Amino acid sequence: MSSRQELLSLTDSGIYCPPGDFYLDPSKPVDVAVVTHAHSDHAYAGSNKYFVSEKSELLMKMRLGEEAVLETRRYGEEFEINGVIVSFHPAGHVLGSAQIRVEFEGEVWIYTGDFKLTRDPTCEPFEKVECDVLITEATFALPIYRWTPPDELSRQINSWWRSNIDAEKVSVLFAYSLGKSQRILKSVDPSIGPIFTHGAVENLNKAYRESGVHLPETHYVGDIEDKKEFTGGLVIAPPSAAGTSWLRRFGKHSTAFASGWMAVRGARRRRALDRGFVMSDHADWPGLIEAIDASKAKRVLVTHGFVDPLVRWLNESGKEAEPLK
Amino acid sequence: MNLFTNLYLSLDQTNKTNEKVAAMRDYFRKARPEDAAWALYFLSGNKPRQIVPSRRLRELATELAGIPDWMYEECRNTVGDSAETISLLLSEGGNKNDLPFNELVRDHLLPLRGADEEVQKAVIGKFWTDLDRAGIFVLNKLISGAFRVGVSQKLVMRAIAEEFGLPVDIVALRMMGNWEPTAEFFRTLTDANLEDEAPIARPYPFHLAYPIEDDLSKLGSLKDWQIEWKYDGIRCQVIKREGEVFLWSRGEDLINDSFPEIVAAAEELPDGTVLDGEILPFRHGRILQFQDLQKRLNRKKLTDKLLAKIPVILQTYDILESGTEDIRQKPLASRREVLEEIAGVEGTIRITEPLRSASWEKLDELRDESRSHGVEGFMLKRFDSPYRVGRQRGDWWKWKIDPFTVDAVLIYAQKGSGRRANLFTDYTFAVWNDDKLVTFAKAYSGLTDEEIRRVDRFVRDNTRETFGPVRSVEPVQVFEIAFEGIQRSKRHKSGVAVRFPRIHRWREDKKPEEADSIETIHALLEEYEPEANR
Ligand SMILES: [Zn+2]
Ligand SMILES: [Zn+2]
Repeated sequence: MSSRQELLSLTDSGIYCPPGDFYLDPSKPVDVAVVTHAHSDHAYAGSNKYFVSEKSELLMKMRLGEEAVLETRRYGEEFEINGVIVSFHPAGHVLGSAQIRVEFEGEVWIYTGDFKLTRDPTCEPFEKVECDVLITEATFALPIYRWTPPDELSRQINSWWRSNIDAEKVSVLFAYSLGKSQRILKSVDPSIGPIFTHGAVENLNKAYRESGVHLPETHYVGDIEDKKEFTGGLVIAPPSAAGTSWLRRFGKHSTAFASGWMAVRGARRRRALDRGFVMSDHADWPGLIEAIDASKAKRVLVTHGFVDPLVRWLNESGKEAEPLK
Repeated sequence: MNLFTNLYLSLDQTNKTNEKVAAMRDYFRKARPEDAAWALYFLSGNKPRQIVPSRRLRELATELAGIPDWMYEECRNTVGDSAETISLLLSEGGNKNDLPFNELVRDHLLPLRGADEEVQKAVIGKFWTDLDRAGIFVLNKLISGAFRVGVSQKLVMRAIAEEFGLPVDIVALRMMGNWEPTAEFFRTLTDANLEDEAPIARPYPFHLAYPIEDDLSKLGSLKDWQIEWKYDGIRCQVIKREGEVFLWSRGEDLINDSFPEIVAAAEELPDGTVLDGEILPFRHGRILQFQDLQKRLNRKKLTDKLLAKIPVILQTYDILESGTEDIRQKPLASRREVLEEIAGVEGTIRITEPLRSASWEKLDELRDESRSHGVEGFMLKRFDSPYRVGRQRGDWWKWKIDPFTVDAVLIYAQKGSGRRANLFTDYTFAVWNDDKLVTFAKAYSGLTDEEIRRVDRFVRDNTRETFGPVRSVEPVQVFEIAFEGIQRSKRHKSGVAVRFPRIHRWREDKKPEEADSIETIHALLEEYEPEANR
């Protein structure tokens, strides 16, 4: 197997496809880039040409710049790059996120990018696609990571918000601005109180709304002149705002962070947060195993995160698996 | 147990004192006395001996989770805590069990100790299935003897006092010594109307001092202050009432058995006397090392040989009760007069002689002699001060000598536990022995959060080898290590053991070859080790 050239392999610039001469999620400028989604660790500016999913177009423009050359493709639509057949399939991670299917000489590879199986009203659900070789992420590949069901999460966030109102505190919830913030907006009960957003979040809300995702009404924090308006409010801000003077305007407030890392107490306490909500846009352990099984892949290559434990687990369950090289 | 689990979560989720007190008050308001008593027992830092060994819990957990040992290890290393790891691996989300807390502990958990393995498995397995994640976590902490929650005894007392409208010192008095976690105890503790008839063994809360913070000049005239050496022994309250003697340590342990010669001397005290002082290992007119005292404490049975090798005295400096009367509110100067009538400057129980000095400056010079007297600095006490409850600022201060310091090189790092589970926070330092580095001390504290993050980064980027949880790192970072005492030790590679080592600062300005050598340390030893130990 290793004597032959791999269809996809890791290089300094990202995952490379030799026969197609293109890169998946390149981390350096290249000629042709095929990009899974608009998060900054996957979409880097500077390449000559990008293939992206149609639904991610607006987000990609924000990320890569207006001048970037984007070729958009619908989910499931097959296209050719130098004789290699490529298509995007929903990854359920954030709006427009895709798994990339690559087919050449009858062999099918899937690169999942970031993905999750959990229901998320802001993006298309993960599609199970069969392949010969699967390249999967492993961000949360330990059996301790098992996510709280979405309804329970909504209940938790709503009740935290309500109890802050009782304690006359503003609720400040930190969440990644692309994806997580919008998912939270769709998860909370907007009748509890007004919702405010940090500038970084508001920009992305705009792109989501323009892409056809309906979000509840939000107010940009920078537009609020009278601090009294924040009373009873929920503020959504990126984690980078934690511990900064930007928070001072809210007066008495309670802080929380929505992230998969919040599953572990130590991670929660280290950040000196009042609350942690276990909410991730990546697959949890059961999700990873389910997706790997569903792919029917004969071989699994693992990248990003708890790579070694997942590889060993798969090997011990009789699957051929190794770290992506 | 849900109410207790929620209390645990509330305490865990805030680092604000007021919120912690509010959470406890809320709990004590809602809980039934029989449950509250057990909660109080655990909150006060008591824990029953390990009910089921952690090894056994781990075996059960891996079996039920269907994972191999190596995977459990991976998980535990990431989480940093076994009880939590198991709760994350096993919980199914729901909560189908709400036993009264006292029943849970008394009828289900405590009987598991020494029970048949199959019984343990059945009982624990059932709880793990029925409880939610938080419940499993708290349960595991209780059965593995590792229950700990971030509240001080003082805070617990404050919550009780506020909730039941009692003065804090009454609560402290009622909680001193041994008590059984029963509904009866809790009712007595919280009864606002109870005539407080102290049982004869009951000690007073200790008055504790903070390290001095300000300029000495802010303390005003030296004439207002009683100056004593600060002894490095075991703080002890000696009670003689109705013909009986009780020795209480600050940890609220009755330590009569470890110090029979002090018990014998205390039997000579008048009835209705309570003294405060320090137990010191003392031979041939010299104070021995603190470690020697620990040998006395650690032995189950004292041999004549040990008694002869490490004799002790009580250096007393205060009297709280005289002629059965509580005199804590009288000024220190008057208490001192009473004390002088009871104890002399010789003998097993001896009175501390206050130091005299012409000025604060002269006193500062005298402080440099501390080590040669086997003490760790001064206690400064206002002549007009009452004997207060707990740690207080203002009337009493401790003015300690500067610690020893040594520049050492970081050679190993290990991840912390709990709050710091994902960061390398536990370090091993070495000094030079010719051209080799020898392990000298371990230290866990002293860096700021920011520095900890930077050291963590350094460790990750400069790992040489990994041995289980420990990593060896490139020996390039120098740290100034402070410690309180030094003693010869055959068990340590460097030949010395140090007391209370901690990181004083990160010497980023120093190169590893500038770190201290083992000779420097042996020189310290020669200089300060009491002759008696040589
Ligand atoms: Zn992503
Ligand atoms: Zn990513």
